[in-house]
Amino acid sequence: MLKLQGIEKRLGGQAVLRGVDLRVAPSERVVVIGRSGCGKSVMLRIIMGLLPPDAGEVIFEGTKLTGLSEEDWNPYRRKIGMLFQGAALFDSLSVFENLAFPLREAGEKNEKVLGEKVAEALKIVSLSGTERKMPAELSGGMKKRAALARAIIRKPDLMLYDEPTTGLDPIVADSINRLILHLGEMLGMASIVVTHDMVSARMVGDRIAYLHEGKIYFEGTPGQVDRCEDPLVRDFVRGHAEGTGVTG
Amino acid sequence: MGRAEYLTGKLGGLVLGSCQTAGGVFLLLGDTIRSMFRYKIRWDQLLEQMYFIGIRSQVVVLTTGAFTGAVFAAQVWFQFKRFGMESAIGPTVSIAMCRELGPVLCCLLLAGRVGAAMAAELSSMKITEQVDALRALGVYPVEYLVVPRFLALVLSAPILTAMALVTGIGCGYFVAVKIFGVDGAYYWDNTVKFTDRKDVLIALIKALIFGVIIATIACHKGMNCPPGTAGVGKTTTEAVVNASITLLVVNFFLTVLLNALLYSN
Repeated sequence: MLKLQGIEKRLGGQAVLRGVDLRVAPSERVVVIGRSGCGKSVMLRIIMGLLPPDAGEVIFEGTKLTGLSEEDWNPYRRKIGMLFQGAALFDSLSVFENLAFPLREAGEKNEKVLGEKVAEALKIVSLSGTERKMPAELSGGMKKRAALARAIIRKPDLMLYDEPTTGLDPIVADSINRLILHLGEMLGMASIVVTHDMVSARMVGDRIAYLHEGKIYFEGTPGQVDRCEDPLVRDFVRGHAEGTGVTG
Repeated sequence: MGRAEYLTGKLGGLVLGSCQTAGGVFLLLGDTIRSMFRYKIRWDQLLEQMYFIGIRSQVVVLTTGAFTGAVFAAQVWFQFKRFGMESAIGPTVSIAMCRELGPVLCCLLLAGRVGAAMAAELSSMKITEQVDALRALGVYPVEYLVVPRFLALVLSAPILTAMALVTGIGCGYFVAVKIFGVDGAYYWDNTVKFTDRKDVLIALIKALIFGVIIATIACHKGMNCPPGTAGVGKTTTEAVVNASITLLVVNFFLTVLLNALLYSN
C-alpha cells in the first residue's frame, strides 16, 4: 500500500533523514519508534506531503506522490488521515464543525447526513454529546479523540498517528491505544504510528521499526524487538540511558 | 575576522533577508490573486472577516478621522487668520484629509488593529499545526485563510477611509464654523469649489493599495511564523511595523505618481 524508498531530508542544514526505506501493507499497523528529534514526525509529514523530501520516493497505492503539486496532492490526502501531536483541532470551530469540515470539503451539503456521520464518528471515539463544545472546553485526551474522529470521518485507507499518547495519563493513553486497534480492525485501514511510548508500540504494532540516525535501523514484530540484543535497540526498548550518550 | 568584514557580513545578511522577505510577500500576493480566481470564494469566511475588519473598526477609524479633521482645522485657523484667509480653511482641510491624512491615518490604524490580529491568528494556527491540518484535509491554506482576509481588507479599507474623510471634513467644519466663528457659507462653498473628485479618488486608490499591503504583509508574517509562542509575539510586532513602514514609503511614491497621472493636464 505504501512504500518509502531512500527518503532523505535536511532541516536547518542538518541531515534528519538519510535514506529511509519502509513498506506498509494494507490493514497493517506499523509503529515507528526512535529517540526524540530522530525524524519520526518529519517522516510522517513527508508521507502526508506537508514537507517535500530532498531525495527518495513516496509511493502510495502504486502512485508516486513525490514531486506532485500542492493541488495534485489533495486527492491522495483525502485517502490518508493524520492525527497530529497537538490534535490540531480548528479552535474557532465547534467539535461538530471540526468533524463536518472534511465532509463539507468533499461536497456533502445535506445537514442531516452531516449530523448522522458526525454523531457516528463521535460515538466510535466515545465522545457522543460533545458536538456543541469548542476545542478549548475539551481535555487533552478528548481533543485527541475528537481529532481522531475528524481524521477517520472520510474512512481513509491509511492513517498516520503522530505521538498519539504523548502528554496523556496512562488510562487515557490506553484508551487511545485501544481506539487505534479498534479503528484498524473496524475500518480495515493501514496505520503508521510514530511514538516513543513502548507500551503503546507493543500494544498497537503488528511490526515495529526503530529509526536511528536517519535510517530504519531495525524492523521486527514486537516480540522480536523485545528479544533484540542490539545495544541501541535494547537500551531504547528498556529505557536505559547507558551507552546512549545521555547523562543525568 | 576584522570589524569591516563583520559589518559587511551583517549588512549583507540584512539585505539578503529583506530581499527574501520581499520576495515571499510578492509570491504570496501572486498566489492569493491566483487563488481568488482558481477557487470558489468562501462567502461565509469573507463576511465574517468583513464584519471584523469593516464593522468592528468603525469606532476607531471614525474617532481618528473626526479628531484629525478637528485638530487640522484648528491649526489651519490659527495660521490663516493672521493673513485673513479664514475662508480657505475648508478646502485646505478637505484636500489634506482626502489626499493624505484620511487614507494614511486610517490605514495606519488598520495596520495596527487588523494587521496585528491577522498575523497573531495565523501565527497561532501555524504553531498549533492547524495550517498543516488544513493541508492534510485537502484544503489549500492560501485559499481558505488568506483570500477571505485579503479581500475583506481590500474592500473595507476604501470604505472606512471614505467614512473617515466624511467625519474629518465634518468635524473640521464644526470646529472652524461653530467654535472659531468662520462664516459657514463661505467655508462650505469654498470646500465644495476647490475639492475635486480626483482628490477623493486619490484617497480611495491609496486606501485600496494600503489594504493590499497590510493584508499581504500580515498574512505572510502569520503563515511564516517561527515555532514557539515567542514567535507569535515577534511575528505580530513585525507585521505591524513592516506594514506601517511600507505603507508610509509607498504613500510617497503614490502621491507623486497619482498627482502626475491625475493632474498632468
